[in-house]
Amino acid sequence: MNPAGSVLLLSTLTGFGYGLLAWLGVFAAGGWLPAARYFGPVGVVVALAFASAGLLSSMLHLGRPERAWRAFSQWRSSWLSREGVASLLTYPPALLFAASWYFGGQSAAATRLCGLLAGALGLATVVCTAMIYASLKPIRQWHNRHTAPDYFIFALFSGAALLTLLVAACGARATGAAGLTLGTAIVAAGAKLAYWRFIDRQAPLTTLASATGLAAFGTARPLDQPHFTENYILREMGYRVARKHAAKLRRIVMAVAFAAPGLLALDAGFGWLPAAAALLAVLCALVGLFLERWLFFAEATHVAAVYYGR
Amino acid sequence: MTSLPARPEGAKKLGLVIDLDTCVGCHACAVNCKEWNTGGHYAPLPDYQPYGKEPDGVWFNRIHSYETSCGDSSRTVNFPRSCLHCDEPQCVTVCPTGASYKRAEDGIVLINTDICIGCKLCSWACPYGAREFDEDAGVMKKCTLCIDRIYNETLPEAEREPACVATCPSRARHFGDLGDPTSDVSKLVAARGGVDLMPELGYKPVNKYLPPRRATIATKPADAPVQGAMHPLLKLLDKVLSR
Repeated sequence: MNPAGSVLLLSTLTGFGYGLLAWLGVFAAGGWLPAARYFGPVGVVVALAFASAGLLSSMLHLGRPERAWRAFSQWRSSWLSREGVASLLTYPPALLFAASWYFGGQSAAATRLCGLLAGALGLATVVCTAMIYASLKPIRQWHNRHTAPDYFIFALFSGAALLTLLVAACGARATGAAGLTLGTAIVAAGAKLAYWRFIDRQAPLTTLASATGLAAFGTARPLDQPHFTENYILREMGYRVARKHAAKLRRIVMAVAFAAPGLLALDAGFGWLPAAAALLAVLCALVGLFLERWLFFAEATHVAAVYYGR
Repeated sequence: MTSLPARPEGAKKLGLVIDLDTCVGCHACAVNCKEWNTGGHYAPLPDYQPYGKEPDGVWFNRIHSYETSCGDSSRTVNFPRSCLHCDEPQCVTVCPTGASYKRAEDGIVLINTDICIGCKLCSWACPYGAREFDEDAGVMKKCTLCIDRIYNETLPEAEREPACVATCPSRARHFGDLGDPTSDVSKLVAARGGVDLMPELGYKPVNKYLPPRRATIATKPADAPVQGAMHPLLKLLDKVLSR
């Protein structure tokens, strides 16, 4: 599948934003965040800025962005529509959480309630995003049991990295958030390795013989192409660049997306220059997860490409 | 609404039956489809750099050629590919706006290009590669089963069939109601053992493909040429006459 930058940014950035929102909600409910009056509101602004940037970048993918509001209507059948609705529903409780923190403090009942609600809705948005891919039957690398849990755990990991940065930046001890980052990084890396192992062992969904109804006539191979140049179908679904470098890129993802942020978070929690280490961890996670998402698209094969022998 | 409609009792299930035995791969269906539809329901069907180095554009019909082989025998099969107007079209249910829809009364899958946002998700959901994106208009386009011909009362009744069917010189394309077991197309499918494409994906395509016939033309085995030394001219003559 063609890895369109706008779509990669959407799921990567919303993962960071909604992951942070979820951890803010949980930590506030436990009373484990710095008590500073501005901490909650700043956290919410950072979380919503990441999520909104992702959502806005996804508009660039649309052929008619001015009609985007129509996408809220078909939540009964479409995961893309559900994603839009859930992302919109996340804003009110998130803003109320920030306001309640500012005026009532971290331990106010309204703060705790709104924080948990905003976090839950944010994570629901992440799951809706994942389900857009997981529900597409023609793409075996997406339509499986790994996709949705993977997006969920990647959001929790990237949100934990951001939380570590926020806590460290305001001068508080970030031991809890850093430990969480390390823990989720390990789980996320394990999930990604399991996903790669899974797709590498998967059999192709179909053969040219079945796609053409010619199975009874033995094997089939393309003889003449319908057209000499690339068309929409081939550009969108016949993308082949990644397969050549897949092994190398996977090692880079492991190192940059998970190992580096995990170790840097360890330093942020227990070592020197915690804020700098946490910032570096977030940057690594951003670059690494963007690359991870690129591979998720580029390695995915669509059955329609079978008609062209790809 | 992108939820699939309930099929009313006795509703038609319009579709195509494509005969892979008689298709000669001439691309006439694709050309006439483009010709009609660039002035039809989803007009225009754009062309990008039509006279440039990499001409490209939106077509609703793409004609592949395949070679099948089984043991010593092999054959060329021409294979027209277009929207199959599936009974379980995931291209409809994934649409976030309600632009993509399936008609209850005849099962045709269409797009309301006035409300399509061009997210392209429907084209990802189609395993047959039937939907093509119009880069100029920013919306998705697809085969309409020539909805503007088959119900067009200004056309003579005999011409109320899809452009691809009307133009096929080898009568390899048939149009009709596949929901009615007594229709000509249903009988043709039953008689020739028509098949679904990729039935394992569960889209339940309405269009059916008739596999090539197995009949082979018996040929007399060639006489063995005379062995031994001979004038090259005579040798050639013998070889030719031995066929």
